[in-house]
Amino acid sequence: MKAGGIRTRLAAIAAVALVGLAGCGGDDGDGTAAPAASASGSGVSGSVTVFAAASLTESFTQIGKDFETANPGTKVTFNFAGSPQLATQINEGAPADIFAAASPTTMKTVTDAGNGDGTPVTFVKNQLVIAVPKGNPKGVTGLSDLTKPGVKVALCAEQVPCGAAAKKALDAASVKLTPVTLEQDVKAALSKVKLGEVDAALVYRTDAKAASSDVDGIEFSESSGAINDYPLVVLKNAPNKTAAQAFVTYIQSDKGKAVLTAAGFQAP
Amino acid sequence: MTVATPRRVRGRIPLPLIVPAGLSLLFLVLPLAGLLIRAPWTTLPQRLTEPGVLTALRLSLQTATLATLLCVVLGVPLAWLLARIEFPGRRVVRALVTVPLVLPPVVGGVALLLVFGRRGILGSWLDSTFGITLPFTTTGVVLAEAFVAMPFLVIAVEGALRGADTRYEEAAATLGAGRWTTFTHVTLPLVAPGVAAGAVLCWARALGEFGATITFAGNFPGRTQTMPLAVYLALETDLQAAIVLSLILLAVSVTILASLRDKWIASP
Repeated sequence: MKAGGIRTRLAAIAAVALVGLAGCGGDDGDGTAAPAASASGSGVSGSVTVFAAASLTESFTQIGKDFETANPGTKVTFNFAGSPQLATQINEGAPADIFAAASPTTMKTVTDAGNGDGTPVTFVKNQLVIAVPKGNPKGVTGLSDLTKPGVKVALCAEQVPCGAAAKKALDAASVKLTPVTLEQDVKAALSKVKLGEVDAALVYRTDAKAASSDVDGIEFSESSGAINDYPLVVLKNAPNKTAAQAFVTYIQSDKGKAVLTAAGFQAP
Repeated sequence: MTVATPRRVRGRIPLPLIVPAGLSLLFLVLPLAGLLIRAPWTTLPQRLTEPGVLTALRLSLQTATLATLLCVVLGVPLAWLLARIEFPGRRVVRALVTVPLVLPPVVGGVALLLVFGRRGILGSWLDSTFGITLPFTTTGVVLAEAFVAMPFLVIAVEGALRGADTRYEEAAATLGAGRWTTFTHVTLPLVAPGVAAGAVLCWARALGEFGATITFAGNFPGRTQTMPLAVYLALETDLQAAIVLSLILLAVSVTILASLRDKWIASP
């Protein structure tokens, strides 16, 4: 079912790429990326290395494949991890072309170190949901249910964006809860729910959606107070700036946006 | 550390030995030098007194020591079995002992969850019968560390047993000692240095354990957050803090290991 969906989508993208080369590079990017936009589909080649937040794993992998199909001769490789860890790697000289972070604070550590090329662009927003095992056995409906005795909760550590957002949301709701664990990134928190080791975790809506065969995502009102902006930047020492710029434009194109929206991200 | 090296063969040290020896030493020591060079020496004292640091350090030392004890109690008999008893499938068992060495620790952590987790094969029984849950507890940390560190002890002790002169054991047997008496009164004293060396290796490995611990026991300050976990999370936001934590862990462990080594291994 899922694989079929991807295949159809790939086929559709390929068709678009074949038929509409001339139509490519519409005016969907922001001003700064405009020159590179026209290069999309022609003249772009080589490999692009993207360091992206763990929560972008599914959607960026898909967009990367679409981009490779639309631009033969390109190869997009990803390094997915907690944003701050990626920021450290970049600031220590890792050879990356693009950095996509799950929070502006993390992005700032890279731009402050002078490693960004231009100003980062916010390309999506993400919101927290409560992930519970399929069928919601503990009957969780809101944040306050997480403080009930016998409900084990996993949060992200405050050092990573999903943890910072969780803290903001809990503070906004004045809910005090003691998690059993503070996980190192959002995927780790989610996997604790998948394995049934905890009864709930605060994760991004996109992560809950990606794992919808194992978990249910429960929306809660206070999450609107803790929305994460995802900024994106081409790096100053990017080995392949042209292709990197083209990929950034592609992410912000209608095709890229469609994948991101389908994954549960919100438009900025 | 001055260990007297007896010179059995005189003459110049051959170049094919001294050059790679020097290179390997350099290779092992340079990363440490990197840490020392980048360490924020001026802020070191105040970092040391940050409350979370000592808690994590204490937990690390406690859990590594308990894990080592567990490994000695369970691992020495296993090593004896492998070295002294002929049984079908001994080769397979010996290979199985090394599995935790080859398994990526994170996978080891997942495997432990699948067995000892709330829905695990043994874990669900422990939970329903005794109300015992192991994940996210300090006991869980000890188990994860013991799982990863056990092979170091078993391999070292088995090696010592195989190298030991079996004539003493035979003599004890001819004098009427049973297998258990022979083991406690002859074998064990004979291989004590080997057990000590294995225990030191085992302790060191347990102290540095990260992957299995964070996966199986999670990360919660004071309960399951050992030094390696604290280092990893510090790395998310503050490289310098991570370096300081690493140096503390290194200093403490090297001091302990060096003093034990002089006492146990170099004495006879």
